[in-house]
Amino acid sequence: MTVTLIIVGMAIATYLPRVLPVFIMDRIHFPAWVNKWLQAIPYAALGALIVPGIFTVEPGAPLVGVIGGLVAAVIAYFRGHIMIVIIAAIAVVYVIQRF
Amino acid sequence: MREEQLQTTATASTYTEAYWQGMKLAAPVMLGYLPIAISFGVLAVQTGMSFFHSVLMSMLVYAGASQFMAVNMLAIGAVGIEIVLATFVLNLRHFVMSLSLFSSLQHIPKRWQAVLAHGITDESFALASLKRKTLGEHPSAAIFAGMFSGALGMWLIGTIAGALIGNVVPPALSASMGIALYALFIGLLVPAIRAHWKVGIVALASAGLCWLFSLYLSEGWAIVLATVIGSFTGVWVLEEDDK
Repeated sequence: MTVTLIIVGMAIATYLPRVLPVFIMDRIHFPAWVNKWLQAIPYAALGALIVPGIFTVEPGAPLVGVIGGLVAAVIAYFRGHIMIVIIAAIAVVYVIQRF
Repeated sequence: MREEQLQTTATASTYTEAYWQGMKLAAPVMLGYLPIAISFGVLAVQTGMSFFHSVLMSMLVYAGASQFMAVNMLAIGAVGIEIVLATFVLNLRHFVMSLSLFSSLQHIPKRWQAVLAHGITDESFALASLKRKTLGEHPSAAIFAGMFSGALGMWLIGTIAGALIGNVVPPALSASMGIALYALFIGLLVPAIRAHWKVGIVALASAGLCWLFSLYLSEGWAIVLATVIGSFTGVWVLEEDDK
């Protein structure tokens, strides 16, 4: 029962930040620079999600994540399909961890 | 052509088509989620959480980092309110993401936006935002429903599988799967930089800030602050159309 309550509490804590913007958006009119800021958020979020997290893919060996990430970046740059990007990165990290 | 098709008609079959289109777009996220969700299911039952609670958590909370954290905190006997507060802080970043995504989806009725909001995660947000501009002026809500439910569905399937197999996952494989989500993020970011190199400045600024903040703050706060502050560079470097 306690665990169920904690889960419900967590569900509220995660849903609130996700849903609030839907209902406050109408009440504010955004000036042009705010729209540019909102457009930039996906790229900023991606940057922040990749670094420094990628250094901790293998605890104590930041290079493992970096190499996996570089492989992913090179394949993505040469227009490799995103599934190939993911599978190749997993394969490279798997191989590195064997040695 | 496809855009026109989605806009002008609203029959059940075009909704179904748009839904499946969305789910196909979500395939990379689904691939990235499967191993993580399996690991969560395994970890949850190993630390004594019931099968029912593991799946309930994946369904209602649906936030990777928070779920792993909650399982750890439950195992060390943390109080419920601590877990809920930590979850809140860790997921505040979704506020900014939701604001950014739904500001470009204002044609979708509020009640559907409120349903879609449950599907916002780092990965589904990144995917939906970067695909958004290829979907025309008024993409159907069904596309995003397909995208988000595909990702959530895989998260549930993975959790169920993990909770069922319990102890038998080889740790080596799940460790190398840790790169999957980062590869997904990179696979989304690099083509965007290729198309508009200036978005690379935004990502780089934010990455640097996040690294700096993470030396002093928790991971959740570092990501929130770096995203909010780092994206301000976009106000200067992006043109109005560089989405």
